[in-house]
Amino acid sequence: MLDRIQKAQSLCNTACKQLARQINIMEVCGTHTVSIFRNGIRSTLPKELKLLSGPGCPVCVTDQGYIDIVLQLADRDDCLIATYGDMIRVPGKNSSLERKQAKANVKVVLSSEDALQLAKDNPEKTVVFVAVGFETTAPATAVVVKEAAQQAVDNFCILSGHKLVTPAMRALLSAKNDKIDAFLCPGHVSVIIGYGAFTEIVEDFNRPCVVAGFGPMQIMEGLGEICRQLESGKPELKSMYDAVVTKEGNIPAQKIVAECFEAVDGYWRGLGKIDKSTLKLKEKYSRFDAFTRFKIKEIPTEEKTGCRCGEVLCGLIEPTECGLFGKNCTPQEPIGPCMVSSEGACAAWFKYGRKRAH
Amino acid sequence: MTKTKNDRILLAHGGGGQLTDDLIHRHILPKLNNETLSELGDSAKLNLASKSLCFTTDSYVVKPLFFNGGDIGKLAVCGTVNDLAVAGSRPVALSLSLIIEDGFEFKLLDKILDSIGETARENNVNIVTGDTKTVEAGAADRIFINTAGIGIKLARADMGHDKIAVGDKIIINGYIGDHGMTVISQREDIKFQSQMQSDCAPLAGLTCELLENTSGIKFMRDPTRGGLAASLNEISRGTGLSIEIREVDIPIRPVVQAAADMLGFDVLTIANEGKFIAIVSPESVDDCMRICKNHPLGKDAKVIGEVCQGSDVPLVELITQIGGKRIIQMPYGRELPRIC
Repeated sequence: MLDRIQKAQSLCNTACKQLARQINIMEVCGTHTVSIFRNGIRSTLPKELKLLSGPGCPVCVTDQGYIDIVLQLADRDDCLIATYGDMIRVPGKNSSLERKQAKANVKVVLSSEDALQLAKDNPEKTVVFVAVGFETTAPATAVVVKEAAQQAVDNFCILSGHKLVTPAMRALLSAKNDKIDAFLCPGHVSVIIGYGAFTEIVEDFNRPCVVAGFGPMQIMEGLGEICRQLESGKPELKSMYDAVVTKEGNIPAQKIVAECFEAVDGYWRGLGKIDKSTLKLKEKYSRFDAFTRFKIKEIPTEEKTGCRCGEVLCGLIEPTECGLFGKNCTPQEPIGPCMVSSEGACAAWFKYGRKRAH
Repeated sequence: MTKTKNDRILLAHGGGGQLTDDLIHRHILPKLNNETLSELGDSAKLNLASKSLCFTTDSYVVKPLFFNGGDIGKLAVCGTVNDLAVAGSRPVALSLSLIIEDGFEFKLLDKILDSIGETARENNVNIVTGDTKTVEAGAADRIFINTAGIGIKLARADMGHDKIAVGDKIIINGYIGDHGMTVISQREDIKFQSQMQSDCAPLAGLTCELLENTSGIKFMRDPTRGGLAASLNEISRGTGLSIEIREVDIPIRPVVQAAADMLGFDVLTIANEGKFIAIVSPESVDDCMRICKNHPLGKDAKVIGEVCQGSDVPLVELITQIGGKRIIQMPYGRELPRIC
């Protein structure tokens, strides 16, 4: 293992020396962020090579307007909110699901199937499944929507906040964010969408896109490959995660998502409105759409003053540059979502990287 | 046989009358008896040879009550014995307080008392005084236990933060994270739970042997709640010195690592119940390791790192497997409730 890591390190070193400028690589996925911190990868890189944590943590990119809608639904006596555990502590405008949990109409579920079961067990309530996550979790949501339709579980619906990774990557680059030289692309998402999905980013924006796994060696090799490409001046699409990622991805999963959902414009925390970046249930499943059922129209987007999660997610600042970091905003008392989620850049930084130069 | 009320604790068992008497004479004394306890006085009278004593107390609320490798009874003895042991004393006497819910099965109480008796005997420590209270169903969670303990300070034990110096080595006596991951996996019903076992064990035998046969042990601590991360951070804060440990040298079982990864925990922050950290001078590290390796509770001991000069802020740092460096923070402590 160590010789492969050393080889990757030397690719990074050579590129930094040859290019003689700062290189910024964005890791898109939250799991990469955590692994990078846990393994002390930053400390092994040349100081000209900077890693930016991107918008790859589903909790972090969920905009506050969406959270506020969930909280409003949690106040209704006829609703039961089913949510993944990560969402429970994200603060909305005035509260969080954790605080509402005392009212007993907020339930943490481990899977979308559990949410559907909750609906079957509580026929007198409308169960609203807080459906967040990227392409990795969307297929599981689609499966239960189809099941709910087949079994006529009419008291079940979903509030889709599912997001798509590639539109966000395009948005970051289209906004002339010239800080980003290349992307370390997410492993899990690529299993579903296939690494071919990043082709356009390479072609349209001339940035290397390399898919990598989550071990320290895999990440180092991904970074090494990116550096090699940057040095050669020829950006490419490449998967270093051959064991599980194919170019086409998981076709059945893609099919079921396409059958249930369509991509619409949606709000992201920090990134604002992004074209065709959010999944909405198609017309034929609209009776399972909480937005339709509760006639929710506008998504208000108010963010807490002082929180700079948005800039962190775009790679514009490091968490420590936010005035709240580690003072008013800690994992115990989080203000922004990047501190709530264990995959959030701020939480990872707080846990593994505080008080350390570089 | 159908269960009758006689199979279970009643509120009246804590009432001080005949039922309390039955509880003490039929269930407690036969399992824990010794001369001091059998007097059943309001206080235990102890004749101790030394004026230099260690005194500690701890409460046990672990859930589930029975887990692979132990139960709340064994834990209640080991936990307090270990606190005395790492303070450099030989444990001699414990108190035992039981808070039991109405309806708790005698069968389970007996099992817990057996385990308390057995663990105490193994350590030559007597339960010399005690108390039993009962509460309504729902007022506690089945059974809670408190033990306090007295130990006689070993003459050769001269330990404290002020003794620790740059260059001192850090020893751990075996695999970390076993207790915490076993309990949490059983609670969460994780499928590989059966492959894990709590390390719950009384350490006084090994710690006394170390302290009596070597010099140069500067400090000891049992990394229970908060794990290795919390203990090392306390030492770093207490001394103003930095600590560096090496990931490759820290003994972690693959199944424990896998369970922790799956549940999103860092093994360094997970509770142990049969482990100690010893900070020892470089000259005595070989002697300490030899004694550890010859003891069943120290056969997997490792030197995991050393004390170094702190920069402006004293830090605990990990050299990762790939040679990177990261900070080990003081864990923030809401992750694993009721682990002991």
